[in-house]
Amino acid sequence: MIEQFKEWYVNRHAYARQWKERTGGKVIGTFCTYVPEEILVAANMLPARILGSHEPQDVTEPHIFGMFCPFCRDSLAQGLKGRFNYLDGVVLAHSCIHFRQTFNSWRIHLPVEFSYYIPMPNTVQTDHARPYHREEVEKFKKAIEEYIGRPLTDSDIDRGIASADRNRRLLRKAYEYRKLDNPPLTGEEAMFMATTSQFIDKEEHSDAVEATLNSFANRKLPRETGIRLMAVGSENDDAEFFKMVESVGSTVVIDEQCAGSRYFWNESTANGDRLARIANRYLDRPPCPVKDYPTHSRFQHVLNLAKDYRAQGAIIMQEKFCDPHEGDNPRLKKYLEENGIPTLSLEFDSTNPLGPFRIRVEAFLETIRGEELF
Amino acid sequence: MATPTKYPTAPLKCWPKAKEIRQQYYKDYAEAHDRGGIRWSGGAWAFDAVPMGLGDDVHVMTGEPYAASIAWDRKFAQECQDATDAKGWARDLCSYMRIYWGSMYLNRFFFGGEFPKPDFYYQSQICCSHSKWDQEASLHEKVPYFCVDVCVGPYETLDESRLNYVVKQLHDSIAGMEKATGRKYDDEKLIAAVHNECRSTSLWAEICTLNKAVPAPLDEKTMFSLYVLATLQRSSKQVADYYEELRDEVKDRVARGIAAVPYERCRIITDTQPPWGFLKIYRYMEQFGVVSVGSVYTFGLEGIFAEQEDGSWGPRKTPQQLGIKIKTRDEALRVTADWNLSRPCWQHFYDPRIKTRMMLKMVKEWKINGVILHLNRGCEGLTLGSMENRLGLIEAGVPVMTYEGNMADEKEFDERRTTSRIESFMETLGLKQIPEAAVAHAA
Repeated sequence: MIEQFKEWYVNRHAYARQWKERTGGKVIGTFCTYVPEEILVAANMLPARILGSHEPQDVTEPHIFGMFCPFCRDSLAQGLKGRFNYLDGVVLAHSCIHFRQTFNSWRIHLPVEFSYYIPMPNTVQTDHARPYHREEVEKFKKAIEEYIGRPLTDSDIDRGIASADRNRRLLRKAYEYRKLDNPPLTGEEAMFMATTSQFIDKEEHSDAVEATLNSFANRKLPRETGIRLMAVGSENDDAEFFKMVESVGSTVVIDEQCAGSRYFWNESTANGDRLARIANRYLDRPPCPVKDYPTHSRFQHVLNLAKDYRAQGAIIMQEKFCDPHEGDNPRLKKYLEENGIPTLSLEFDSTNPLGPFRIRVEAFLETIRGEELF
Repeated sequence: MATPTKYPTAPLKCWPKAKEIRQQYYKDYAEAHDRGGIRWSGGAWAFDAVPMGLGDDVHVMTGEPYAASIAWDRKFAQECQDATDAKGWARDLCSYMRIYWGSMYLNRFFFGGEFPKPDFYYQSQICCSHSKWDQEASLHEKVPYFCVDVCVGPYETLDESRLNYVVKQLHDSIAGMEKATGRKYDDEKLIAAVHNECRSTSLWAEICTLNKAVPAPLDEKTMFSLYVLATLQRSSKQVADYYEELRDEVKDRVARGIAAVPYERCRIITDTQPPWGFLKIYRYMEQFGVVSVGSVYTFGLEGIFAEQEDGSWGPRKTPQQLGIKIKTRDEALRVTADWNLSRPCWQHFYDPRIKTRMMLKMVKEWKINGVILHLNRGCEGLTLGSMENRLGLIEAGVPVMTYEGNMADEKEFDERRTTSRIESFMETLGLKQIPEAAVAHAA
């Protein structure tokens, strides 16, 4: 059952086209993970996160200067190459300046029926963000209603919330298994599972996670767990990297990344106001560094994850040129190390030098094993 | 080749005063504590009128112009960046930020003595680097950090809810400053500062508008040293008064046909901060009879513009000019929030097409023949969307040249390559070096 996620990951575009044909619904490309998907699900749409392909490309040069992160350029390349030509709309909730360029170039050069920018607060720690963001979610809802030509009822919204929360809850359950001495899934498999939840129909994905959870009781990996690692940092869904790390005597048991746990970690909390419930969920989720002000609230969360999942070391995966993460990492590294979690910092591009990375990962694992010996 | 028209030129009379204001500014900041005053640091885009309510002895040092000053001193700039690199920060981060942090880590103030520790940091969050800059600085200096999130979308879509979000945070920041400094806040001082802020930034826009004249009374290289006063402290009465004096002098230059560049025959605009250590590229262009009359950056980093009755671009009317009386703290904060959110240099953060429209307006109204875009590796915020601006300008038939560089890290600027590109661009524009101008340049 768990193979399904890899199949979806590899054939995501074919899936979206088939979904569209099957349901007659609209597919909306989401930029970053702060778009309130509940509203899209309520409107019977498929939220499909725009991600890169980890292939070399040269089509974005006229649109985004090379000093901006490879992820934002790789993602735009997917649009320019026509791989997302099934999209009916695109939505960005305010995040980093890099990815905003992807969204803007997309809406300029790849016209779709619907495009919407949500000015989501960056200082999520201020109380004023709550009423403000609630209003922005309401404006977004109205824009969607206008687009589809009908109002979204309370029951539609409830369905959207329930569907998104069910998926989050099930993914958390799946991640719980990674706490075991011998997790029944690898970090690579967990990455496929979490990342696909960002572009597969929520109910269908949840059913697949549920079925996978049932299979975990009898699943034993034909390999040693080895050193327990944490993956932390910028957007990363580079499957080949995870595979390599896990081929040299380690298992990635937890992540703190937007392709993984940051996306689904918290459910919404009922408070009598449906739109406030949705808005607050995105403000309360583990933040991307771009939204972590004025204090570094994220650091404690990272450490808690490392402790809960008994990570023996953390790989800090830094997307080249990603300012928000670059602005956190030296202090985060120090913080983790002061709290007994050794770290290895690697700088990522769209395509990565697996050979040199392997040598560094092996050396890192040896260091950790050395500490175990003495 | 016939020698082109030579316009009369004259130095700016109020130039030395700008230098004096700048020198006094850094001196006041360094000495503020000796006199029992308050020091705060942050960005040139912080709501600088707000801390003014803490008293007349409150002094600020904005980080970007401080780092730009250091960038002129290549040796110290390198030492600062090395100190930042040694702490583990990425080399591609904002070069102003790396220089400021380096000066702070080294505990060396560019204008002499130890790095003056502020009482708090104050910043507006529009750029990813800006926000991290003061977060790190406040942690290092162990002082409070107040950040105001202004990510509410472009000004053209501003509504009450979005404005209120900013205003409420400004109220909170006052409470935080009172707590951090132990001072009681004076609303009258805030109101006066907001008036000065509106006055100075509208006046700067008016000065830029005067550059529509042919010949241009100011060249951009000169404007860099003048706009900087608003980046230091636009809410100060001294800066607003200075801009009034400058406006009058520039008006007089226009009336008398005084040019900034004697052989002006081609007008360009540029974009983003220049490579500060290599401003001679502007002098090089003058040899071709080229004057850069400004940029969205020089105009709109601090200048506040609005569409005029005839549809042209010009200074936004201040509350005083509109007869608006600011009576309360809340009214003052609403005015400063609205005013700052209309800043031209904040709009492209949401959509590059807004900036392209501004550039095309400048091309038409400032009678521009070509545009030179600096792809500035030192500033992600202002280089954001530059390539889309380029495409938009080309589509509109405007000749465009780009060059790569870095405003403050000389390692990322290739002088020879840039002048070669400029030379090719001049050829595209049908320009050859004017021997008389070249002789003057060599002299």
